[in-house]
Amino acid sequence: MASTTTMGGSDPGYDMSLWYDSRPLKIGWFAMLAAVGAEVVFQRVFGYSHGLDSMTPEFENVWMGLWRFNVIANIIFAAATLGWIWSTRDRNLANLDPKKELKRYFYWMMWLAVYVFGVYWAGSYTLEQDASWHQVIIRDTSFTASHIIAFYFTFPLYITCGQAVWLYARTRLPQYSKGISFPLVGAIVGPMMILPNVGLNEWGHAFWFVDELFAAPLHWGFVTLGWCGLFGGTGGVAAQIVARMSNLCDVVWNNESKDCLHVIPY
Amino acid sequence: MALFRTAEIIKASKLPPEGVKLSRMIDAVYFLPIAYLGVFATFHMHFDLLAGDWDFWIDWKDRQFWVTVTPIVSVMYPGAIMYYFWTFYRQPFGATLSLTGLLVGKWITVVLAWYWWANFPMNFVMPATMVGSALILDCTLLLTRSWMLTAIFGVWAFAMMFNPTNYALFGYSHQPLVIDGQLMSLADYMGFTYVRTGTPEYIRIIEVGSLRTFGGHTVWISAFFSAFISMLMFTIWWQVGHFVGQSFFWVKGKRGKMTRMNDTMVIGSDEFAARHGTPDGVAPGARVTARTAATTLS
Repeated sequence: MASTTTMGGSDPGYDMSLWYDSRPLKIGWFAMLAAVGAEVVFQRVFGYSHGLDSMTPEFENVWMGLWRFNVIANIIFAAATLGWIWSTRDRNLANLDPKKELKRYFYWMMWLAVYVFGVYWAGSYTLEQDASWHQVIIRDTSFTASHIIAFYFTFPLYITCGQAVWLYARTRLPQYSKGISFPLVGAIVGPMMILPNVGLNEWGHAFWFVDELFAAPLHWGFVTLGWCGLFGGTGGVAAQIVARMSNLCDVVWNNESKDCLHVIPY
Repeated sequence: MALFRTAEIIKASKLPPEGVKLSRMIDAVYFLPIAYLGVFATFHMHFDLLAGDWDFWIDWKDRQFWVTVTPIVSVMYPGAIMYYFWTFYRQPFGATLSLTGLLVGKWITVVLAWYWWANFPMNFVMPATMVGSALILDCTLLLTRSWMLTAIFGVWAFAMMFNPTNYALFGYSHQPLVIDGQLMSLADYMGFTYVRTGTPEYIRIIEVGSLRTFGGHTVWISAFFSAFISMLMFTIWWQVGHFVGQSFFWVKGKRGKMTRMNDTMVIGSDEFAARHGTPDGVAPGARVTARTAATTLS
């Protein structure tokens, strides 16, 4: 895109495409919306007809079939995404042009936005939907019609997106390639550990009947790990982004020395 | 908008129109898809798993635990978010942002899950509102510009306002009924009609006291106790906001030492003033080009 990009139609006299491209956000967002939306519709179609008794053959075919699909699809998605980010990494970060770095920060924020969208589906929507399902359907398996989409589709999905956020920063952004960001570790690793916490959750549900109290202590592991999300959008990661982009703007437009970009030395 | 002093800030940045446009695009990509969605995604999980039951069902919206638990749990996240927006950007809308976000997340699920999938009537699973309380909390911070005064007065009002603001929504369900010779509330009757796994636990937890009323002064006793705990929670979570707002890097040195380097938490420091100037326009000294802070860990 070499042409001058405008938002309102008139020529502003500069080329936005040098530092901004919204396509990754739109593609990521709508792809995730379509994928999770399709699974939710699947639940509505086959939930009551095939999803009430895990001992039946139709449950094995329909719901465990979806479980196998979800696991395989997530493995392929993770391998393809992380493999692509790693194989196309920048091997000359020390000489990165500031304007190009600004564009990469926007790309990175879009990865973050898609990651957050995944956390929304896992931590907000499917989590409370799980409450609604198990208030009317007593569970007879850990692989319920609700869990197969919550735990085995949306959870791995956002975890892969989080790992992509981490890997993109490590391979394309100088600050993050030189040091380990404390808040970024929290923002990615904390929510990631929610999946292992499912093991604790299912262990508890297998031996005690706690469905009647959603606020039961058995569920508090999810809560504390979810708090780590605060490190990202409303914590240190956002502060790092704003500070770095501010310095980059000073270098690009206010004739500041590039010294301010090398606070963490190579 | 005069409140946000946007024009002054843009002028102080000395950026050309292209740079200003870039900064606006940061807002566009950051604020809604990352900050807002991120807050309500994780806040929703926090709220559901600590106070969710009282918010799920109309027959859990009682005079004791609903009024006590909900403000305590719902003031925690706003404490951290208010710290972030107030300290970093001087924006006084952290609580409103958090609690409107929570409501958006709740209502999406009410419609798509509770109603569409589990087939409960919407008025039976309708969430409470805390938007009025959040506005009071944010306004207290804006007017006092003190997190401690906000904790004392704002949070107190936050919790005490919870029941009155919800009374218009749920007051009808506290009307007494006599069904088969048993006195109960309309909400109880709805609960017995829609039996679910959450039904018996509610009865075991709630109906153990001697003050069995349909509301009355026991609501205010609960609200007052809730306000007290909420104040403590807010102060703790303001500090949580400080903790998660740290933005340092761990950097490996020449001899393998891990060093903690801080490039961004310098607002208000000499380094920040030297680099960016001060609000009154006086720029002391030359800009700092060297590393800003380094403390050896090991």
